[in-house]
Amino acid sequence: MTYLYDKRSINEIKDSLERWEKEVLPVWLDRVPERSEGFTTLSDIPVKRLYTPYDIQDFDYNKKLGFPGTHPYTRGIHATMYRARLWTMRMFSGFGGPEETNKRLKFLIEHGETGLSLAFDYPTLLGIDPDDSMAQGEVGIVGVSVPTIEDMKIMFSGINMGEVTTNMTINPPAPVLLSFYVGTAEEQGVDYSRIGGTTQNDPLKEFIAQKSYVFPPEPAVRVGMDLIEWSVKNLPKWNPISISGYHIREAGSTAVQELAFTIADGIEYVRQLISRGLDVDDFASRLSFFWDSHINFFEEIAKFRAARRMWATIMKEWFNAKKSRSMWMRFHTQTAGVSLTAQQPWNNIIRTAIEAMAAVLGGTQSLHTNSFDEPFRVPSEFAAKIALRTQQIIAYESGIADTIDPLAGSYYVEWLTDEIENRAWDYIDRIERLGGMLEAVKKGYPQREVTEASYTYQRYVEEKKKYIVGVNIFEDREIDEIRNVPLLEYNQEEIERRQKERISKIRASRNLERWERSLSELRKAAEKDINIMPYILEAAKARATLGEIMNTLKEVFGTYVEPPIY
Amino acid sequence: MLSPQYTKEKQYKVLVAKLGIDGHDRGAKVIARALRDFGFDVIYTGIRQTPEQIISAALQEDVDVIGISILSGSHIYHMKKLMEGLRSLGADDIPVVIGGTIPIIDVEELRRIGIREVFLPGESLRRIADVVRELAKEKREKESYRG
Amino acid sequence: MPSFSQLNLEELLNRASSGNLRAMGKVLSLLENPYEIPKNLLESLAKRSGNSQVIGITGIPGSGKSTLISRLITSLRRNGHKVAIVAIDPSSPISKGALLGDRLRMQEHATDPGVFIRSVSSKGLKGGLSLAALTMIEAFDAFGYDKIIIETVGVGQSEVDIMKAAHTIIVVTMPGAGDDIQALKAGVMEIGDIYVLNKEDKEESRKTYEYLLFALEKGDIGLSDSSWRPRLLKTSAIMGKGIDDLAISINDHYDHIKKTGRFFEKVISRRTLMMKLLAEQLLIENVEKIYDGMQDKLNAVARNADKIFIASIEIAKRVCSEIDNLDVN
Ligand code: B12
Ligand SMILES: Nc1nc2c(ncn2[C@@H]2O[C@H](COP(=O)(O)OP(=O)(O)OP(=O)(O)O)[C@@H](O)[C@H]2O)c(=O)[nH]1
Ligand SMILES: [Mg+2]
Repeated sequence: MTYLYDKRSINEIKDSLERWEKEVLPVWLDRVPERSEGFTTLSDIPVKRLYTPYDIQDFDYNKKLGFPGTHPYTRGIHATMYRARLWTMRMFSGFGGPEETNKRLKFLIEHGETGLSLAFDYPTLLGIDPDDSMAQGEVGIVGVSVPTIEDMKIMFSGINMGEVTTNMTINPPAPVLLSFYVGTAEEQGVDYSRIGGTTQNDPLKEFIAQKSYVFPPEPAVRVGMDLIEWSVKNLPKWNPISISGYHIREAGSTAVQELAFTIADGIEYVRQLISRGLDVDDFASRLSFFWDSHINFFEEIAKFRAARRMWATIMKEWFNAKKSRSMWMRFHTQTAGVSLTAQQPWNNIIRTAIEAMAAVLGGTQSLHTNSFDEPFRVPSEFAAKIALRTQQIIAYESGIADTIDPLAGSYYVEWLTDEIENRAWDYIDRIERLGGMLEAVKKGYPQREVTEASYTYQRYVEEKKKYIVGVNIFEDREIDEIRNVPLLEYNQEEIERRQKERISKIRASRNLERWERSLSELRKAAEKDINIMPYILEAAKARATLGEIMNTLKEVFGTYVEPPIY
Repeated sequence: MLSPQYTKEKQYKVLVAKLGIDGHDRGAKVIARALRDFGFDVIYTGIRQTPEQIISAALQEDVDVIGISILSGSHIYHMKKLMEGLRSLGADDIPVVIGGTIPIIDVEELRRIGIREVFLPGESLRRIADVVRELAKEKREKESYRG
Repeated sequence: MPSFSQLNLEELLNRASSGNLRAMGKVLSLLENPYEIPKNLLESLAKRSGNSQVIGITGIPGSGKSTLISRLITSLRRNGHKVAIVAIDPSSPISKGALLGDRLRMQEHATDPGVFIRSVSSKGLKGGLSLAALTMIEAFDAFGYDKIIIETVGVGQSEVDIMKAAHTIIVVTMPGAGDDIQALKAGVMEIGDIYVLNKEDKEESRKTYEYLLFALEKGDIGLSDSSWRPRLLKTSAIMGKGIDDLAISINDHYDHIKKTGRFFEKVISRRTLMMKLLAEQLLIENVEKIYDGMQDKLNAVARNADKIFIASIEIAKRVCSEIDNLDVN
């Protein structure tokens, strides 16, 4: 036991606290009443006036914190953290066709970005081709259009895939995009052992939050697990999944729900993989996470610390992981898009800076900072550059990154870390009783919780119980300030036309026999519970399009229609 | 009508729909619930709706206002189709409003094609309810067959 | 084409009868509020109705009724039927408004010209829901939708009323849930004409099937009418299995009740129920209105504890005279 305070000190502190409350405080309260009757975090956790050792009286240092790189990893997963290597600055980007995005990627690399992160357009996210009727008017707007391996090749021309790591925000079609990526890397002559990056590939949160689901929950999970299983066996440097709280939070959850639902998703995946006969230590180190960093500074920092501690406990105690790497929660963070406002948009730069600081103080491995034009359109080059510079200022000027977990030992932060953890465990218990997250999702449980929290928050804003500068306090109707934000410009119709043209050329020039065989083999594998990854890789190389591959799978797995939940 | 002397307060009906393949449903759900709490009957269609599906739903449910939520940047493209569809069925007297990720420079164009109100992010729920109620009222007052 | 808002009722009805979606939607709206029902509307509809099969779908919450209906629509459409769905949402009565979401499951059929989906909310006065559902049935029947489907959870008076107005009652259950036959003996669930064990893709389905079969044979459930042998079917709505068989059974039941005359009996009983509920609505609404106008007086009576009974009678009398004044010509 490594208690921070002995019983006697605690009692003395308690006595002096009570004296302060009785003798000093009332005079002040009398003179100037507090701004509010009660304060709460963004997630509605009550915040006290003052925290003292009394709030963390039984704090067992070694058990709760330990040291960086040691169990339970509360202080960080690496022993040297940012003193050795800064987090990866990874800006989520993509728009238009592969040509436009190739240019943007090179621009970011040139300005000091250290990892790539791809945003796909709606047709790609849902696995439909640019010439599908549902894709009309959508190609290339919210991300890049990548319907074939040829598009991937164009996007990475002049970028060495053995040197960069690439994150791909893609879910149901993740196996297809990974295949395009691997196929392209192969053509660049990059060995499988050097292909690094991440596929988001987190099916459960699609139903809870991101809503780019295609298949019903069970086959969706199977497809995701097929990718993971194949990847851990073939791509040693690839993170086959990014278990994501970000979308859950952005859909309106509280910090506690974000933490709990995401860890519960993780638990479900670990169980699924173990039930396939994999050893936990063979895959656990390849699981990665993705969190939101919202505007309530300390709450976010506490959340990141609690997350690491919980995951380490789960991996060690529930799943008997032996390797320390299996217990590491490695994660990417994105600042909260939803905290950014259309009103007085320049203020968004400041919000993002605060949120990015929380992520760094929380020990993130990689970070995306949102651009100030977030509420309008995908970022312009100028806005993306400022967002990147924000990270660089934190890294190189602020000194925040120079010592590890500097907020440890703060009475408030440690108390809040415990509080968030306890609340998250309650949720996890509930989900366990529902039969785990797959069952809970089928029952609509997390969906309902998030919807409820989102509406509650909106009402707080409406009733001014929570403030947003420029929206419900310090408003000014400076329309010109909004009008003058320079937005990203591109010719959508032209891009859509080009993408359709390319895909029809590819359809016309491929080897039909190989193409047809690859798809029929894929269908058989899907029907028979055989890992579909190798078949998708072959189909991708045979120039089958994203839509063709996904349609083959849809015929076997069916598609999902959401039940009404609000 | 049996009793023209006594009519209860009007119960207005609003369709809240996600047009296109955009999955951002946080705002649409908030609006659906808020309008309900402000006393409307609300029909929510869910995500990934085509203009045709939305028009059918609006006509079958005989709504007083159609509320569209789009955050995918494809609002001009889809809204043109929706408005054309309504016009071709003689249903363009149903007021249409939109909210979501709409750059301010597009507001004029949307109004030009007949959209009655454009709500930007950060809009207050009360103001939305007030505008929708006014539009519903205006539409109902024109209906003669109600006696 | 003249704008819809300028039409008179007759023109509106003509358009509705010729299949115009908008006109039908508007006629249905006129039926929603008893006080807005134009006086000749019900008979003009009823004169043309009495041909459609009304199918009530009830059962265990979450058993897959809505999913099943969506599949059933596809199957019925393939056989050329026109299908209307009265989507009832048991929404909370706390606020004045309602959030109607049952459509969401069926939106894939929204653009099919042979399918009409209409939501009805259950808020408002007691019995209002059943009345709206019954008037809508009359309308859909008149507009030529030969299969009219209604889903309810089957508990509560209005839901029982609605189900009793159906020609064919389908009770949906699922593996696990059917082991407790008590759940099926509540409300209308024991008088099913067709029992469906949905989610047969689930492991425990066999056991539940046998349990249900036994309950049926023993006569614990399936007490609809003695001339029809209630059926038990297995479906998986999610995989689309067993749906065509269900459609066949629905048609078999239709043929059967047509033969025995029960079909038209149901039409008559549903219309009489509609009249009774309409009368009740008129009464209740007037009670509310008179009551509102007498608030001060009633408060005084209550305060003084004087003439309480007489004051109640006065409300009733005023209601009667109010109704006497209704223009019924
Ligand atoms: C939250 C969010 C998400 C969440 C969505 C969760 C969910 N289930 O809704 C997550 C993280 C999953 C997400 C994912 C993506 N997102 Co997003 N997201 C946002 C964000 C940050 C906030 C949107 C939001 O919900 N706000 C809160 C709600 C309450 O506000 P609102 O919807 O604006 O509604 C208000 C008004 O607009 C109005 N209103 C809205 N609808 C309606 C309807 C009616 C009838 C009425 C009357 C009023 C009304 O009233 C509301 C109250 O004021 C915006 C940026 C921003 N700050 O706005 C980006 C944004 C919309 N996303 C964007 C993108 C690109 C994506 C992705 C495509 C990224 C990718 N390539 O993978 C994915 C797509 C996911 C999918 N399936 O659709 C872009 C869209 C770009 C564009 N339009 O050109 C934006 C603008 C960010 C950006 N600049 O890049 N996103
Ligand atoms: N495994 C399986 N799940 C099904 C089947 N049919 C429906 N479901 C699922 O069961 C859940 C409930 O389905 P609904 O159709 O909403 O059920 P319902 O009976 O209408 O529900 P309520 O109206 O809320 O009582 C959903 O998650 C469906 O996807 C089936 O055949 N098999
Ligand atoms: Mg249902």
